Amino acid sequence: MSILINQDTKVLVQGLTGNTGTFHTEQALAYHGTKMVGGIHPKKGGSTWTCENGDAKGAELPVFATVKEGKAETGADASVVYVPPAFAANAIIEAIDAEIPLIICITEGVPVRDMVNVKARLEDSSSRLVGPNCPGILTPNECKIGIMPGTIFKKGSVGVVSRSGTLTYEAVYQTTTAGLGQTSAVGIGGDPVKGTEFIDVLDLFLDDDETESIIMIGEIGGSAEEEASEWLTEQAAKGRKKPMAGFIAGRTAPPGRTMGHAGAVISGGKGGAEDKIAAMEKAGIVVSPSPAKLGETLLKAIG
Amino acid sequence: MNIHEYQAKKLLAGFGVPVSKGEPVLAASDIDSAVDAMPGPVYVVKSQIHAGGRGKGKFKELAADAKGGVRVSFSAEEAKTNAHEMFGKTLVTAQTGPAGKQVNRLYIEDGADIDKELYLSILVDRETSKFSFVASTEGGMDIEAVAHDTPEKIHTVAIDSLQGITDADVAKLNAAFELDGVAAEDGKTLFPTLYNAFVDSDMSLLEVNPLVILKDGHLRVLDAKVSFDGNAMFRHPDIAELRDETEEDEKEIEASKYDLAYVALDGDIGCMVNGAGLAMATMDIIKLYGAEPANFLDVGGGATTEKVTAAFKIITSDPNVKGILVNIFGGIMRCDVIAEGVVKAVQEVGLNVPLVVRLEGTKVQEGKDIINNSDLNVIAADDLDDAAQKIVKAVKG
Repeated sequence: MSILINQDTKVLVQGLTGNTGTFHTEQALAYHGTKMVGGIHPKKGGSTWTCENGDAKGAELPVFATVKEGKAETGADASVVYVPPAFAANAIIEAIDAEIPLIICITEGVPVRDMVNVKARLEDSSSRLVGPNCPGILTPNECKIGIMPGTIFKKGSVGVVSRSGTLTYEAVYQTTTAGLGQTSAVGIGGDPVKGTEFIDVLDLFLDDDETESIIMIGEIGGSAEEEASEWLTEQAAKGRKKPMAGFIAGRTAPPGRTMGHAGAVISGGKGGAEDKIAAMEKAGIVVSPSPAKLGETLLKAIG
Repeated sequence: MNIHEYQAKKLLAGFGVPVSKGEPVLAASDIDSAVDAMPGPVYVVKSQIHAGGRGKGKFKELAADAKGGVRVSFSAEEAKTNAHEMFGKTLVTAQTGPAGKQVNRLYIEDGADIDKELYLSILVDRETSKFSFVASTEGGMDIEAVAHDTPEKIHTVAIDSLQGITDADVAKLNAAFELDGVAAEDGKTLFPTLYNAFVDSDMSLLEVNPLVILKDGHLRVLDAKVSFDGNAMFRHPDIAELRDETEEDEKEIEASKYDLAYVALDGDIGCMVNGAGLAMATMDIIKLYGAEPANFLDVGGGATTEKVTAAFKIITSDPNVKGILVNIFGGIMRCDVIAEGVVKAVQEVGLNVPLVVRLEGTKVQEGKDIINNSDLNVIAADDLDDAAQKIVKAVKG
């Protein structure tokens, strides 16, 4: 099994006709035939998008004017958002209103105020949002939504969840090299206000029979790692537990400075790396001091 | 993005927030006229720097027993003397670090008859994903210390963003501040005004410490610290213009022109990385092997050769840099683009320090070929661990 997406997931692309949307849709189609079913563009509804590069060259996708129409025509159960930051929140809200079960927003730089409103709209909806400012989700050999490089994945037993894109790749690459492979990898994104938090993904990985171990990668800022650690301890008390390795980026980051990700900032004495590492270790996660030893550390955790 | 107190107060006053009368001073020659524009008899001379703890701060150039960065003066003459003494000097506070910050701007303010000091802030509460007020009766103090020692004195009021601030929210705030009479009436207007200013201007933090109750019972915003959401500045060109570049590191200003996320640090190993998480992790692993990073630099996912070249030049312009580590895990970022940028930058500016390059991911072979076929003196690394050890060894010997 996998979590969130598999070979049957049908995906719409909001922002298909832009450069980023086009490039990554070509890559997704080429990745084990991910079921991309159409694109959305308010002014180009009724036209056809053609894949011009890569292994899926020649593939065609219908373009719809609205997400609602796209869903009705294709039965899509996921949507990926590549639209620019100023319009990303509206694109997400359109997908929420169209009752798309899984919305994945790749866009970096969405204003916090917009996300606070999106988050309030998500509360009573039937949608789950992953991101924004995230690399997406990948289930090896089945489905790739977002921008992760497919070549480093291998079908296997490790669930990967991370606030950072490139550190997700490190974790995937190292677990592939270690011979373990992955069930799914989920990038939850580097923004302070986001759709899906660690706990949501960890819950799915604990439920998934094929996920035998988990890597969780956090970074400075906020307290999501501490909350997840507390939650894991409660779950372990109920007998729900899997071997876990972890890493926290930003031990050397100075307080008060935003480190690339809008959410990566130590403020008011809170959000520092050492507190997070201590909380994770208390919850039984083996935390690697080095980002180069994630695979090795997980093997140790598995024992 | 941060702005100065005087800019924050002008912005808030535009929304109808009660602030004291004040005049900013941008040149020493403006000091006397700014003081004379105040009614007196009490004047407050405030250093305008992007750091807190100004009142308890010390000026580097002045005697150890000289007064701090915020000075209450009881005559125009005293205010002028204080202002002339402070202007252009370097203020060291708990938040500036030992190097301190040069005071290039002052704010001369009319004194206020204070009865009581309160603490108010509005921020993005990451746990609830809502805008929240933080309220405390313990104003004028270090709020982190209050939160640590007497957490029961800190009240949080979360606002439903779809509904906006309600009468019930205001009642909660009035209760948290223990306001009654005139002050409670003022609160009914002030708290919604502050909330709307926060939301409309895309602030990420609005801190009023202290918010004061004057002797006549009215509320007044006596200090204001405002930060904005950099990602929303496209909606506010007027606010973006308030940026004071003299408050920032030159290399950081240069990096921002190319949309590079760059933070200057104190170490000697320059880093160029793609992805914020990997860039932080690269700093961490350098430290783990016994050296210190000179910077954080995320070239981002969509970097062009031009951007990479600019990034490389910024790193090499730092005289502290004794070695450079390029660490790329290509996802969107293609390794060949990075390689081309590095080669081009070295051709333009030369290279006098060791350079370790680690490439992985999209188009890795093409990237390695570009580096190998150039005549650059590059130390190739197999993985992140290998790369970190090699650059630390090259710098430390």
